[in-house]
Amino acid sequence: MASPYNDLVLEHFKNPRNTGRIDDPDGKATEGSPACGDMVSLYLKVDPETKVINDIKFESYGCASNIATGSIITELAKGKTIDEAKNITWQEASEALGGLPKIKAHCSVLAVEVLRSAIQNYEEKHGLVTEKVVTTEEIVRKRLKKVMNPIKGLDMVATHLVKEIDITGGVVRIVIDLPATHQFANAIKEDAVEKIESLWDIDQVIVEFTD
Amino acid sequence: MEKVYYLDNAAATRLDEQVLEVMTPLYFDRYSVATSEFGYSLGVEAKEALDDARTRLAQTLGANSQEFIFTSGSAESSNLALKGVAKALGTKKGKHLIVSKIEDFPVLYSARTLEKEGFTVDYLDVDGDGLVDLEKLQALISPETILVSIQHGNQEIGTLQDINAIGKICHQQGVLFHTDATHTFMRVPLDVTAVAVDLITVSAHTLHGPKGIGGLYVRKGTALAKIMDGGFQEFDLRGGMDNIPGAVGFAKAAELVTADENIRLAAMRDKITELVGEQIPDVILNGHPRQRTPQNVNITFHYVEGESITLHLDMYGIAVSTGSACFSRSLEASHVIAAIGGDHERAHGSIRMTVGRFNTMEEVIFVVGTLKKVVENLRKISPLGKE
Repeated sequence: MASPYNDLVLEHFKNPRNTGRIDDPDGKATEGSPACGDMVSLYLKVDPETKVINDIKFESYGCASNIATGSIITELAKGKTIDEAKNITWQEASEALGGLPKIKAHCSVLAVEVLRSAIQNYEEKHGLVTEKVVTTEEIVRKRLKKVMNPIKGLDMVATHLVKEIDITGGVVRIVIDLPATHQFANAIKEDAVEKIESLWDIDQVIVEFTD
Repeated sequence: MEKVYYLDNAAATRLDEQVLEVMTPLYFDRYSVATSEFGYSLGVEAKEALDDARTRLAQTLGANSQEFIFTSGSAESSNLALKGVAKALGTKKGKHLIVSKIEDFPVLYSARTLEKEGFTVDYLDVDGDGLVDLEKLQALISPETILVSIQHGNQEIGTLQDINAIGKICHQQGVLFHTDATHTFMRVPLDVTAVAVDLITVSAHTLHGPKGIGGLYVRKGTALAKIMDGGFQEFDLRGGMDNIPGAVGFAKAAELVTADENIRLAAMRDKITELVGEQIPDVILNGHPRQRTPQNVNITFHYVEGESITLHLDMYGIAVSTGSACFSRSLEASHVIAAIGGDHERAHGSIRMTVGRFNTMEEVIFVVGTLKKVVENLRKISPLGKE
């Protein structure tokens, strides 16, 4: 069969490993959003003593390269400590799959990012975040880069939706350059709040719209 | 070769043997081009073959043979229609055009090119079923407007526009009307003696005819300037080598389409829609529920991605297409699904199935059964749709 994907990628796509959910996971994360394209969720069980990833599962709402990368990344991470797993790069995942078409890189990057986010979630929940960096506008902006603007299919920062960011005493106020009545206003708001509220020194996220 | 279930007839079709039969002698025996009628007999014969094909194709539209020119296909026909009218009327009448938002790329990108050259273009909205708003069209027409280009049937979702009403609006205000009939020619009746249309794009590739041959109907007296210089072929409207085997094949392909065949295609189309509706939950039919081309079904399967569906189907020998961004060369989601109010999600899981002459009812039943399995498996690993 003539395919832009190699046999190994197709094999992982056809029979993805470690799919599904873990009830009561120690760490979990979702990257991407349904409104804009691919989305991956990842669940972790971590040994509290050794910090070894005992169990890992993923779910994908994505194309072949997204599914195949999700599959390989769970195989690569399983049995590793969270510190080792954190350092798995897209390059390693792609190599383990024998290479991915260049144009599909962004779909597979998501699967690598979700592993890092799930580990970060585990660390935040278990008080393992050692450096308690004070949240700045830059940190908020960086997190908002992961919120997709479904109108364009690119993130909300790149598409100039973020008009203002204000951080005062644990409250983040974000002004989005869209009317509140816009069909995607609520989806973008929910996604933005989710990305910001887990920051350790943030108590409240207020999202406002322009009219 | 393994059994293939080809349901992508809007993209290309399998050539009909009867078409090849009439084309072959024009490659081996009567291979000359249509030279001067005062030339050698081989050239005269070639010219006769070309003119005969032209006459037969023109007749299918109720047109005269002088009103039908051959091109290399739909893309060239639509380029000529938009750019040719712009060139002919841009300085004389005005620099404003109107096209719908769901046109196929040749019309859409010709319009964008003209914008760069100083023309203004309005991109007309469509409703949730893909129909253009006739009142909005009427309101957009100004004394500056030179051309309205609105397709007959949509390439992705199959919606048929009311070109009768659109033509009337255009002609009442003295504006030329072009329609891209690539996906409706011979499938949905269109008669230029009844419909106020000035330019029609048609192609053989959707009709089990050869690739690389199409046509443009040009109503007598329509202001159109050539955009391809060459000899004086095609009434001096399109320079270039006469594709006589192609033209003859095109005429034969058109002739082979019957009303019964179109009824049979519509029955397969409706069977797919019906079976998917019965067997697969959480789906949306894209396009108009009734007013659509006989060969087109387009369905969004929630919670799953289109390229994943097509790739799984391919393993069973099934060929379909999707409006998902992951599938397209540009990595952009379908502009048609976006225009009917769908977000990326709706385009993401959309599958287009287009039937043709060589499909059978058994095939489409097998395809839906396989689709059901594939969608179920992909939904099992999807993070969505579980609560």
